[in-house]
Amino acid sequence: MSTIDSAEVVRLAGLARIDLTEDEVTRLAGELDVIVQAVATVSEVAGPGVPATSHPIPLTNVFRDDVPGETLDRDEVLSQAPEAEDGKFAVPQILGEDA
Amino acid sequence: MTVTFEDAITRYDPVLGIEVHVELGTRTKMFDDAPSPAGGTEPEGANELVTPVSLGLPGALPVVNGAAVEHAIRIGLALGCQIAETCRFARKNYFYPDIPKNFQTSQYDEPIAFDGHLDVELSDGTVVRVEIERAHMEEDAGKNTHVGGADGRIHGASHSLVDYNRAGVPLVEIVTKPITGVGERAPEVARAYVQTLRDIFRALGVSEARMERGNVRADINVSLRPSPDAPLGTRTETKNVNSFRSIERAVRFEVARQAEVLDGGGTVVQETRHFHEDTGTTSPGRVKSDAEDYRYFPEPDLVPIAPSREWVEEIRASLPELPAARRRRLQAEWGYADAEMRDVVNAGALDLIEATVAAGASPAAARKWWMGELARTAKAQEVALEELPVTPAAIGELQALVDSGRINDKLARQVLEGVLAGEGSPEEVVTARGLEIVSDDGPLLEVIDATLAAQPDIAEKIRGGNLGPMGVIIGAVMKATRGQADAGRVRELVMERVQG
Repeated sequence: MSTIDSAEVVRLAGLARIDLTEDEVTRLAGELDVIVQAVATVSEVAGPGVPATSHPIPLTNVFRDDVPGETLDRDEVLSQAPEAEDGKFAVPQILGEDA
Repeated sequence: MTVTFEDAITRYDPVLGIEVHVELGTRTKMFDDAPSPAGGTEPEGANELVTPVSLGLPGALPVVNGAAVEHAIRIGLALGCQIAETCRFARKNYFYPDIPKNFQTSQYDEPIAFDGHLDVELSDGTVVRVEIERAHMEEDAGKNTHVGGADGRIHGASHSLVDYNRAGVPLVEIVTKPITGVGERAPEVARAYVQTLRDIFRALGVSEARMERGNVRADINVSLRPSPDAPLGTRTETKNVNSFRSIERAVRFEVARQAEVLDGGGTVVQETRHFHEDTGTTSPGRVKSDAEDYRYFPEPDLVPIAPSREWVEEIRASLPELPAARRRRLQAEWGYADAEMRDVVNAGALDLIEATVAAGASPAAARKWWMGELARTAKAQEVALEELPVTPAAIGELQALVDSGRINDKLARQVLEGVLAGEGSPEEVVTARGLEIVSDDGPLLEVIDATLAAQPDIAEKIRGGNLGPMGVIIGAVMKATRGQADAGRVRELVMERVQG
């Protein structure tokens, strides 16, 4: 059963700001569907006694001490930006007044 | 708009939901060791407090600030929440220049704290219990400055400037369950809730919690329904309402606005709105995305957090006395009536009175000064009580001078005037202005003799046993000593003189 159709690929691509051609949408719908089905197969094998895994390594509570370290040099940082102004990154206005 | 809040509230039942973000005062950021601007580091300029993690540079890996986790647990416990045995971070994906990674590291289905409550006391003493849904950890975003479109400094188009100093500052977001049944008091409840939270953050020492600096920010959800039995209406979320007064105004405005929409047979649009300080109104922002559009998924770069029960209990045991408990304790210790205590709290005089009592004054005397003479002065100068140029220690010293009989109440007001004028401590003002009560009988007798001699008729009458005009003599002596004599003693001395 297909769970990823073209419309879903178009929606996801929009959310991820990825521009896709129609051919790519068709191809990806098929490929993503295979992946989703493969994961679904794993879910069938894992019984209720197997907790969902978000991390492969059984570690918890990896904390850092609250001690300040080095920061980057601002000029160096801004040299990576296409545009800068007043020590800030300059970006195109994209969403009106929403801040 | 023709519908007023008062009008709307007679026909609709308002329901509130409040999300409060508090910037934690840890020294460093949530996921990297850049100094945090909310933790006492004042940046010299924009983008001075950044690291590869703050900037979301490729390959940069986050590490959780343990102190921020502890602060989050403190907040959760203070709000009566359960602390998760295990929880994790999640990526909240969206595109906006203030979030350079294109996702905010937050918590989604597993918040660190949940199912709490907060009792909020209104100005008249009514207590409203607000149920807390959850408190979760996340990071703050950078700050955008929008540059007007007309100047054309970059490619002739309007643009924004981004400063990432704030990016990655630890936040705790506290989300209420729907607040129902508050009716016309909704604006006041919203305000008092955030105020109570602010006081708790300060008491816990987890944040400076300064509204004006954006340490505490509130998003206010409002919906209306025709009656308390009806299902919840469609809500709007007014973002970043950043002063207590604005919170009240935003609720009032939204209630009235939504009532007008519903009255006209329309439907309220679920949306994010912006509050405008200047007009007290809200206007639509972007249409709120469905939660699934954020495509939350577990943050693979951070391992889960599993606070041990021992750690949680250790933190619980270290919690300071919270503001409400402290108020109850102080009221009992001081013997203030409920109304007196409320006035003191509302006037912002609690800390000042506590410090004044600690400096030796009786609770009654401390209240008399701060709620009387000093409150009047503050009002006249349009400043807050704590901004007056006088310390609780000075008021304690002033009262000690009264208690020891060296000055009376009338002189004390003159001394206070001198202290407020910057003439020094009460003791120094007494000396400099020569305001001490004349307790030595010698100089007093000289004045009395002179007064009696100047008014021989009256002196004669008193001598003859007619005490009626005694007041004239006492008044004249008090005047001559500029109020620095003890009237009772003057009376005794006059009697001695005329009888002797």
